[in-house]
Amino acid sequence: MLKRAITAVALGGAGVAWWVTAPTYLSHAAETALMTAEPDTVLGEQVFWAAGCASCHVAPATEESDAPILSGGQAFTSDFGTFYAPNISPSSEGIGGWTLLEFANAVQSGVSPDGAHYYPAFPYTAYAKAKPEDIAALYAFMQTLPADATASRPHEVGFPFNIRRSLGGWKFLFGTPDAPDLTASSPSIERGTYLAEALSHCTECHTERNALGGLDTSRWLGGAANPNGKGRIPNITPASLEWSEIDLMAYFTTGLTPDYDSAGGHMASVVQNLARLPETDRQAVVDYLKALPPVADSTP
Amino acid sequence: MSKSAFAAAFIFATTGLAFAGPGHDDLPAEVKARHGLMANYALNLGVLGDMAKGKTDYNAEVAAVAAANLAAFAKTDQSLLWPADTDTMSIEGTRALPKIWDDRADFDAKEADMAKAAEMVAGVAGTDLAALQGAMGGVGGACSACHKLYREPK
Repeated sequence: MLKRAITAVALGGAGVAWWVTAPTYLSHAAETALMTAEPDTVLGEQVFWAAGCASCHVAPATEESDAPILSGGQAFTSDFGTFYAPNISPSSEGIGGWTLLEFANAVQSGVSPDGAHYYPAFPYTAYAKAKPEDIAALYAFMQTLPADATASRPHEVGFPFNIRRSLGGWKFLFGTPDAPDLTASSPSIERGTYLAEALSHCTECHTERNALGGLDTSRWLGGAANPNGKGRIPNITPASLEWSEIDLMAYFTTGLTPDYDSAGGHMASVVQNLARLPETDRQAVVDYLKALPPVADSTP
Repeated sequence: MSKSAFAAAFIFATTGLAFAGPGHDDLPAEVKARHGLMANYALNLGVLGDMAKGKTDYNAEVAAVAAANLAAFAKTDQSLLWPADTDTMSIEGTRALPKIWDDRADFDAKEADMAKAAEMVAGVAGTDLAALQGAMGGVGGACSACHKLYREPK
């Protein structure tokens, strides 16, 4: 009797685990909105740069031209292994032949066309917040980029993180990070929130993570260890970032800091992307940063 | 302690020191010169950038001087600044990544881009504020292009 109860509980647990780790797709409403949106390539180009797609998906040490070749290959080291950005150009090695819904589920649900979870090195938890019309426009724009036949390099990830199904558990725990509510609001702050949180995914690097790689949302943009090497990624909340609005605008436009050093590393790519956006969008990100709840520096 | 044991310990200790590499005060002259070059870039960019931002009033003569300095520094032949074994793997006190020496042609091309961008600024800095503002993005982009790939993050 007891044995049967234990077996039932174990099977039930396994069933729940299997259910929890199954891929979850976009809602019917979201898919309908995608299908009825305009394939606006001009809007799509803006979304593309705001979302920073090229920064990770061009080949290593390659400039991000106006029509970049998204052949992939850049390495991203982490506590869980090394991830290689895949080919996302419109070729058979990339996203060529994907439907809009397959694309949107990849970008916003982190699920591949054949139903596998993507690793969250790909910031789909941010892109999940993007508007359907922006994703449809992005899809349309990316079809216009050059195709490249380079095969994607497999990730180098050890056990147990190499079991893709386990990522369903990760998504269940950390897949919908809650950004803080901002006390102040204005159309520009709202636009900045959308840009920073849904497209430019600032939090992926600037917020500390726990041992399982989930964001510590109580310390939103309060700075974090650098997974790719030495040093810390800075706290960009008002508790620590003392740059004026004018300094921030100049930084987002030229990459030059208030003491005339320049952006480096991945932030140099971020600035190049922001510099391609309308000035009102850069101002919106500045307004968002200034409206963030302050997070005190942690002692690492 | 026997003499030979002392000698062994002494040699061990001193070679240990040698392996620790130079500290910030005794950097190779080339590395100090690199830092000096960057400080000169920053000084002159600061004069220009503060005018472009409106932090200081635009002054055509001063802007022209700063931009001419920037262009002159950027145009110097920098081949002597980057000898082997002055990267982050070899010494303390530098953020110059070994990749510079692995991709030297690209690194040199980015230096040449910096010189071109500085020339652009020098060509317009004395004209008016709008022209100066328009040229800052190019020179800032040239700084970042190199720092993106070849400088270790802080």
